[in-house]
Amino acid sequence: MARTTKSKMIQATRELAMSALTSVLLAPQTLAAPSQTSIFSPASTPAKSILSLSMFVLGITGAIFVVVVTLLAYSILKFRASSVTANSEPAQVYGSTQIELAWTIIPILIVVVLFLATARSIHAIQDAPEPAEALDVTAIGHQYWWEFRYPKLGIVTANELHIPVSDPEHPTPTFLQLLSADTDHSFWVPELAGKTDLIPNHPNRMWMDPHRTGVFLGQCAQYCGTQHAKMLLRVSVDNPQEFAAWVRGQQQPAVEDPNVATGRQVFEHTACINCHTVSGTAADGRFGPDLTHLMSRTTIAAGAAENTPNNLRLWIRNPDAIKPGSLMPAMKLSDEDLNAVVNYVETLR
Amino acid sequence: MSTAVISPVESPKSWILPYRGKVAMASLIIAESSIFTIFVVAYLFYLGKSLSGPTPREVLETPIFFTICLLSSSITIHFAGKSLERNNRAAFLALWSLTIVLGVLFLFGTGMEWHRLIHEHGLTISTNLFGTTYYSLVGLHAFHVTAGLIMLTVVLIFGLAGRVGQDQFRRVDVLALYWHFVDAVWVVVFTVVYIVGR
Amino acid sequence: MSSNAITIPVLPVQEKPWVDLLHEWVTTVDHKRLGILYIVYALIFLGLGGIEALIIRIQLMHSHNNFVSPQVFNRMFTMHGTTMIFFVAMPILFGFANYLVPLMIGARDMAFPRLNAFSFWLSAFGGLLLYFSFIGGSGLYGAGNAPDVGWWAYAPLTARAFSQGHSSDYWTLALLVSGFGSIGTAINIIATILCLRCPGMKLNRMPLFAWLNLVMAGMVLIVITPLSAAQIMLLIDRYLGGHFFDAQAGGSAVLWMHFFWIFGHPEVYVLIIPSFAFMSEIIPVFSRKPIFGYPVMVAATVCIGFISLSVWAHHMFTVGMNSYANSFFAITTMAVGIPTGIKIFNWIGTMWGGRIQFKVPMLFSIAFLFQFLIAGLTGIMLACVPFDWQLSLSYFVVAHFHYVIVGGILFALFGAFYYWYPKMTGRMLSETLGKWHFWLFFIGFHLTFDVMHIPGLLGMPRRIYTYEPNRGWDTLNLVVSIGAFIQAIAIMVFVWNLISSYIHGAEAGNDPWDAWTLEWSTGSPPPAYNFATVPVVMSRRPLWDLKHPEDPDSLYE
Repeated sequence: MARTTKSKMIQATRELAMSALTSVLLAPQTLAAPSQTSIFSPASTPAKSILSLSMFVLGITGAIFVVVVTLLAYSILKFRASSVTANSEPAQVYGSTQIELAWTIIPILIVVVLFLATARSIHAIQDAPEPAEALDVTAIGHQYWWEFRYPKLGIVTANELHIPVSDPEHPTPTFLQLLSADTDHSFWVPELAGKTDLIPNHPNRMWMDPHRTGVFLGQCAQYCGTQHAKMLLRVSVDNPQEFAAWVRGQQQPAVEDPNVATGRQVFEHTACINCHTVSGTAADGRFGPDLTHLMSRTTIAAGAAENTPNNLRLWIRNPDAIKPGSLMPAMKLSDEDLNAVVNYVETLR
Repeated sequence: MSTAVISPVESPKSWILPYRGKVAMASLIIAESSIFTIFVVAYLFYLGKSLSGPTPREVLETPIFFTICLLSSSITIHFAGKSLERNNRAAFLALWSLTIVLGVLFLFGTGMEWHRLIHEHGLTISTNLFGTTYYSLVGLHAFHVTAGLIMLTVVLIFGLAGRVGQDQFRRVDVLALYWHFVDAVWVVVFTVVYIVGR
Repeated sequence: MSSNAITIPVLPVQEKPWVDLLHEWVTTVDHKRLGILYIVYALIFLGLGGIEALIIRIQLMHSHNNFVSPQVFNRMFTMHGTTMIFFVAMPILFGFANYLVPLMIGARDMAFPRLNAFSFWLSAFGGLLLYFSFIGGSGLYGAGNAPDVGWWAYAPLTARAFSQGHSSDYWTLALLVSGFGSIGTAINIIATILCLRCPGMKLNRMPLFAWLNLVMAGMVLIVITPLSAAQIMLLIDRYLGGHFFDAQAGGSAVLWMHFFWIFGHPEVYVLIIPSFAFMSEIIPVFSRKPIFGYPVMVAATVCIGFISLSVWAHHMFTVGMNSYANSFFAITTMAVGIPTGIKIFNWIGTMWGGRIQFKVPMLFSIAFLFQFLIAGLTGIMLACVPFDWQLSLSYFVVAHFHYVIVGGILFALFGAFYYWYPKMTGRMLSETLGKWHFWLFFIGFHLTFDVMHIPGLLGMPRRIYTYEPNRGWDTLNLVVSIGAFIQAIAIMVFVWNLISSYIHGAEAGNDPWDAWTLEWSTGSPPPAYNFATVPVVMSRRPLWDLKHPEDPDSLYE
């Protein structure tokens, strides 16, 4: 067969395979409820860069698959023993140097191509310089919640990350420094970036520049203990006004509502203050999430439950009911005290 | 019923394969080298990373004499093996015993050094990263020396009872190979701990 | 059959009291009996590991399920992984090696029969120690002390502070002990192959099975001890106040990862290379042609052995190594795919131009080729580092490695069972039951592990005891779980085949498959001494030479 026709056929097969593969892979997305954690709907440069590399790789591996499976299928069909041939042995072939060379050199070339594409992508993502307009956030992994600090803005919050949308013309990416207070964790929000681990005594760095606003979901990806499964992530990408408003809100000290003074009393005289911080009050514990603006969050217990009064009440009374094995102890408060504390905590907007 | 196959063609004239004892010991040595490599890597990786406590430079004294003891024991065991091969049992037993004595001296030296480190400098396995990696690496080696000495002593006992003859020299050689390995490891450990590490 | 056979009359054996039979088996140093002990031991643990898998799959059938608590779930996935790697795959492959290597090289036993027995019992004890953890400490219900740190036991999760009680110690000690058993067996295999080959069997005339087990044994020597070293360091941390992996004292969690994966990655090659060995014996016989490219197959395996020692940190691409380190491990990982691919091509080359017989061993072999190809390709995808930043630690990786271990290794093992069971027992396994086993398992396998890639692509991490309903993973997980049950049924068919064929199976004779290597020249099962006279060989296929004296291999090699 002429070389150009052959390479065109290979090219066509490759395109066919690629689109077949893509539709097979995207089918679940369209068939089932659309997933908010699919690597196929990137909203940020690292995730997009990964997707284009992955399409290239899928194309190549798909082509290899088609070629080899065709050879395998052909050999099974063409060279099966029949009643005619059953009693004699076929030609005993021991090998062929040319063929061995061919199927050594071609894979080497494929590997070279794949490697170059990979190396380029690695550098583009990992070694990206941090622009001056970038937002710095420090993420600290805990068993089983996320601490987020914005050092230049004086904000400390937990579990739900707010970052600004990034205009491709004037990028304002978010650069995360990743630390851990205890065991290994991993920050994974598939639509925004690949995952990076949080390892004690081993600071890591990652970045994302989301191109659209919205809520992006993820969760811890490195097994960190009993409640690894419910260490969820919620990233809210805000437009500039929303983000500024959020920042302002977070920078305020805790709301002081005289109506909940009883509850605040109970809170400050129980072990709560050993683990939690409410800024401007006696509570300055660092073991658990900062509660200063708890009511600005949609969920509690790192996404394990919706932030409703009933859930709060249940969580404080018996955390194991929501997240068995979490490190928050059951506070064993009387009903009266429990109600008072919940009322207090409900005012921490 | 069982069937056997005889080949109709001639058998090869001489079919000599390696001695299995040597092959087995060489394989064991490869495995042991691997385990020592990991401890050496850990030692090198943690050099200078201790957050507190004594540093190698402050507390280590190069054990030259005891190193010479251990390394000479390789020479004595080599000649012990050669003596046995030539059926000189008396020389074999003398050199073999000397090997054991030198090995025991080395262990004694290690013990003395550890005693000094613990009681004079307060360096234990839990003090800092240096303590942890030092005692583990040197301790792993000392453990292998001890195991070797036990095996050497067993052979000595059989030798004194007259049971180790010229026809056993290959087996004795296998044990000598282990002993040479233990000495070679000490060369590496010594270099890493007392030269590079300071 | 060969007209040169001499029959040696053997006196009929009288019925032994069961106690004596048991004693014989417990004290045996015969490589064939030890091989069977290893295999039976592994099959029992396959059942236990399989039950753990089913518990996992039931819990994950739908979101927010409550079949087991998170504590129990975490123990299940830890024990499932540890069991399958260390107490199923390793022993079963050692068992086949033990049984077949001496027979194939014309030897009467392994080089060190007593070391052989000792290694088996050490490894067996390790498994029992690990499972004793279920009833140690706080007892069976819920709060038992089985390890729950994942089969990699990452630091600092295994530190005293995060892993109270003794669960991590059971993991550490059980594997330390069985690791020493593995080294003993590896030493034995190497010494046997290098020192006990029959006259005429030069290294380039050995069956590929022997070559590949030689490479595997060499790898075991180098890679098991890093795990042992790391485990000793962990014990020092936990009990002597050491700081190897203690972040508070400047220790490094990443160091554990490096040490573990320096063991862990080559370990999977330790498992796949004997599986390649099965394929290299079975495919030629059922294609009625010699293996295509014998020297290349040997060279490729040796290359795989060496290159696989340099790829380990591809399990750590998300850990935060710099871009140069990531690139290095990317290229080595892709490189190891080249000799592996060459082997696949050579197997197809063996089938090409042959007269393929679709007996059950060959069905499993063809499925192996198809599935191992896919597994290798998803492996290449994972080698592309940025792609791995999404796929790592997700169900995509779980699907990939199960594709290799179940779709590759287990299918090859099934092929080996159907092929060599007649030699070991003197009876043929039922072809009908075998075909049921094959198709049920094939369907269940693909239902589970093809679909399992998708939740990974949709963001589902691994090692989670439950998941949120809004992620879109429910239906997919249900399908995966159904496939698991189909596989379980197939395994039951297989076990039934093993047992019923032992009682009712057709008599096998010496050489039911018309094969070419030395094990088929002696009885089924072979007598204790293997061969009446030590064979002398002139080529790679001594029985082909005998059956085709007009056209022996020795003319062409």
